[in-house]
Amino acid sequence: MRRRWWLAVPLVIFALFLLAVGWRLSAPPDATVKSRLVGRAMPEFQLPAATPGRPDLRSADLAGGGPKLVNLFASWCVPCIAEAPVLGELKGRGVTIHGIAIRDAPADVAAFLRDHGNPYRRIGADPRSQVQMTLGSSGVPESFVVDGRGVIRYQHIGPIMPQDVPTVLAELEKAG
Amino acid sequence: MLAAPAVADSGQPAAPYAYRQLTDPEQEARAKALMEELRCLVCQGQSIADSDAELAGDMRSLVRERIAAGESPEQVRSWLVERYGSWVSYAPVLGADTLLLYAAPLLLLLLGGLLAARRLKRRAR
Amino acid sequence: MIAEAGLAALWLAAALSLLQLVASLAGPRVPELRRLIVPVAAAQGALTLFAFLMLLWLFLRTDLSVQLVAANSHSMKPWIYRFAGTWGNHEGSMLLWVTVLTVAGALLALLERRLPERTLHATLGAQAALALGFFAFLLLASNPFARLVPAPRQGLGLNPLLQDPGLAFHPPTLYFGYVGLSVAFSLAVGALLTREVGPALARTMRPWVLGAWVLLTVGITAGSYWAYYELGWGGWWFWDPVENASLMPWLAATALLHSISVLAARGGLRTWTIMLAVVAFSMSMVGTFLVRSGILTSVHSFAVDPARGSFILALLALYVGGALFLFATRVGTVKEGAGFDIVSREGALVLNNLLLSVILGTVFVGTLYPLLAEAVSGEKLSVGPPYFNAVTGPLTLALALLLFIGPLLRWRRDSRPNAPRIAAPLVVTVLAFAASFVLDPAMSALARLGLGVAAGLAVASLLPLAGRNLRRTPLATWGMVISHLGVAVAIAGAAADTAFTEETLAAARPGETLAVGPWQVRLGSVVPVAGPNWTAVEGRLSASRGGRTIDLQPQSRFFSDPPTETNEAAIRTLWDGQLYAVISGAEDGGRWQLRLWWKPLVTLIWLGGGLIALGGLLALLGRWWRGRRRVREPELAYA
Repeated sequence: MRRRWWLAVPLVIFALFLLAVGWRLSAPPDATVKSRLVGRAMPEFQLPAATPGRPDLRSADLAGGGPKLVNLFASWCVPCIAEAPVLGELKGRGVTIHGIAIRDAPADVAAFLRDHGNPYRRIGADPRSQVQMTLGSSGVPESFVVDGRGVIRYQHIGPIMPQDVPTVLAELEKAG
Repeated sequence: MLAAPAVADSGQPAAPYAYRQLTDPEQEARAKALMEELRCLVCQGQSIADSDAELAGDMRSLVRERIAAGESPEQVRSWLVERYGSWVSYAPVLGADTLLLYAAPLLLLLLGGLLAARRLKRRAR
Repeated sequence: MIAEAGLAALWLAAALSLLQLVASLAGPRVPELRRLIVPVAAAQGALTLFAFLMLLWLFLRTDLSVQLVAANSHSMKPWIYRFAGTWGNHEGSMLLWVTVLTVAGALLALLERRLPERTLHATLGAQAALALGFFAFLLLASNPFARLVPAPRQGLGLNPLLQDPGLAFHPPTLYFGYVGLSVAFSLAVGALLTREVGPALARTMRPWVLGAWVLLTVGITAGSYWAYYELGWGGWWFWDPVENASLMPWLAATALLHSISVLAARGGLRTWTIMLAVVAFSMSMVGTFLVRSGILTSVHSFAVDPARGSFILALLALYVGGALFLFATRVGTVKEGAGFDIVSREGALVLNNLLLSVILGTVFVGTLYPLLAEAVSGEKLSVGPPYFNAVTGPLTLALALLLFIGPLLRWRRDSRPNAPRIAAPLVVTVLAFAASFVLDPAMSALARLGLGVAAGLAVASLLPLAGRNLRRTPLATWGMVISHLGVAVAIAGAAADTAFTEETLAAARPGETLAVGPWQVRLGSVVPVAGPNWTAVEGRLSASRGGRTIDLQPQSRFFSDPPTETNEAAIRTLWDGQLYAVISGAEDGGRWQLRLWWKPLVTLIWLGGGLIALGGLLALLGRWWRGRRRVREPELAYA
């Protein structure tokens, strides 16, 4: 009987395949795309005010002062409505929150703030997702924790729900 | 019809170069080639050149505007990779983690060629 | 009662497949059991077919007391979609799969005469083992006949987006192909068990592989065209995981088809042919698993279910692992066949197999690499068209070049290949390559090479007919020639699409005219239109070139339930290409986004695919015809 080692090669490749897909079945894929800018300085940007009569948002506003939360939202985004009261609660606990309104119109943003509360100190308008892409974000809502020196410390993808509040507060604490 | 985006639409007008070409055909060709190699962030595996999603439109506009401003396709690509990781590019950069990927065809060719050659030699005997 | 009858038939068939497995395992020692194998296989096939027909009937009369029907059908659906709805869901498609598998087993048991009886019985044992696993899956985890109490008043399956002839008939085409490969798999396992690998095995295997290959070719070609018109951006192949999942079994089957002809004609490549037969069906199962488990993200959405994915994975591990283990331990004792020179028909076919296998391996690695990379490093990466095109493009061209000489070589040894014949296509290639510089100096190198090689191959593919009496040329030879011509046609189409496509994207007001390639396209008006379950805006475009004007009416449709927006492309096929128009959305100032493409010669891609399949069909018919007439001619194994 002539045994040849290479006859077992297909079996070995198949075992590798089983290992890889078995791993994937046990650890379902995470569909989110994380920003690579966590741990790096906030890129420079200047956004006009999202609603007339309220302050605009520039990256310079994020460099000074204590830690803050930058929240990307939109009036057309349904999960953002669910997130709004939680942001209000965070604001009540003394968190500075800045907003970036993605692909939105001034009147719609104003109506959204009227209906769901305004936790934001400043809101910039990003009508073509340019700053969103600059931040490495791929959807709304998303939030970034930025420390006092303007470095991005943490990214939260999706709405901040009540159960996420301790994590977000802890990240803000760490950034302080 | 499968291109229906998975996220809600803003209903806002598309970015200027989402659905419009650059006037310089050479720049447009370069932008187009790059767009075909960039992955739409909110789709299920489509390039931004094949997607009706709004963010894909914004990415197309970003690519065209930067190419028109004189950036090279590779600069635009690395700007995006810097932010989203190599996931965003359909052309993986050759590196330690992709060595096997790029070596695979050569290894297969070599291995298969050796097997076939061994056969032939034995037959010639 | 219909559902219960179907379920009972299914259980009975499952029990028979167990009996068939036991009988074929014990068969060598117990002649009484051995005699059972063939009738049991036939009965099993009949029972499963009966169960499938019951389900078909339930769907046709929309029996809502059956859960599967209630969840996936609706009495208001056109009958053709109620009919196709039978397999348009997980349970039904698994039942279809098992039905085809067991009917194929029954046909093999009843019709096969060439194979040694021992090997046939071992093969039917392997087939029963396959069927048993899928019966278990069906009966334990996806019962299609489960009742719903109380029965709802109406079904849930009226999603208009799923009422599409492409969706209705594309999956079963691929399934039939996969199951055809399962027969080759079982034959390989049977032959490994009895160690009887020879020309008889190859001749038994060939019609199944040919048939499967024809169906896979049709399925892939149709799927590509479907994506082309549905996705609305002019692309026809995306190297998406689901596309790759259907391409991999096809590549393996193509290689197998060619190695089988060496085994049938010369008794060579025994080990390798067995390997490919195992791999071809393994790839079918891997593909089904990748698609159904949803572990790779794809643009082609499917109902995915990780739990069912695990079940399929378990079956996959059992069958493929088992077969590969048998291969590793047993194939060393299989006697090798006759030898040959490198310059010979066998040599060319070995090279063909090498190139096809490298393409297959690369697609496999590229498809799964993101998974592998993430498992090892936690980093996500994407492998897409740039990688696949860069690797498969040159390899495909090398394959095409090989076709210039391969079919002209003699078996075993060809010391004096026919030089003038080989030179002709090379000259054509060089001329076409040179002409491409005149035609378009800015073309990409790969497209230029593609056009040149395609032109040469078109000539080369016809050469095996040169000097023959065409009326007496066997159909199988015609089949080979037409398939190879199809390869040339498809390559030409793909290269032409890359090289010559003109694109115009613009926002236009009614009355404005846009230019795309040689065409002047005027947006006449944009009007609202309504269908049975959608409303749409329709662009009325008129395109003119020279003196000729054609009308195009692309639509942007809005469905309310579920709320979805789709673009219906307007595609007009002309003799020299296709005009492709899409209207997508409104912009400021009463302008509409228009996407226009002029794609010269693009239809050649699918025409080529059709020719490849037609060639396979001719070869299949020719062999069947010759088998029936029992004409003893010298073996001319081509296809």
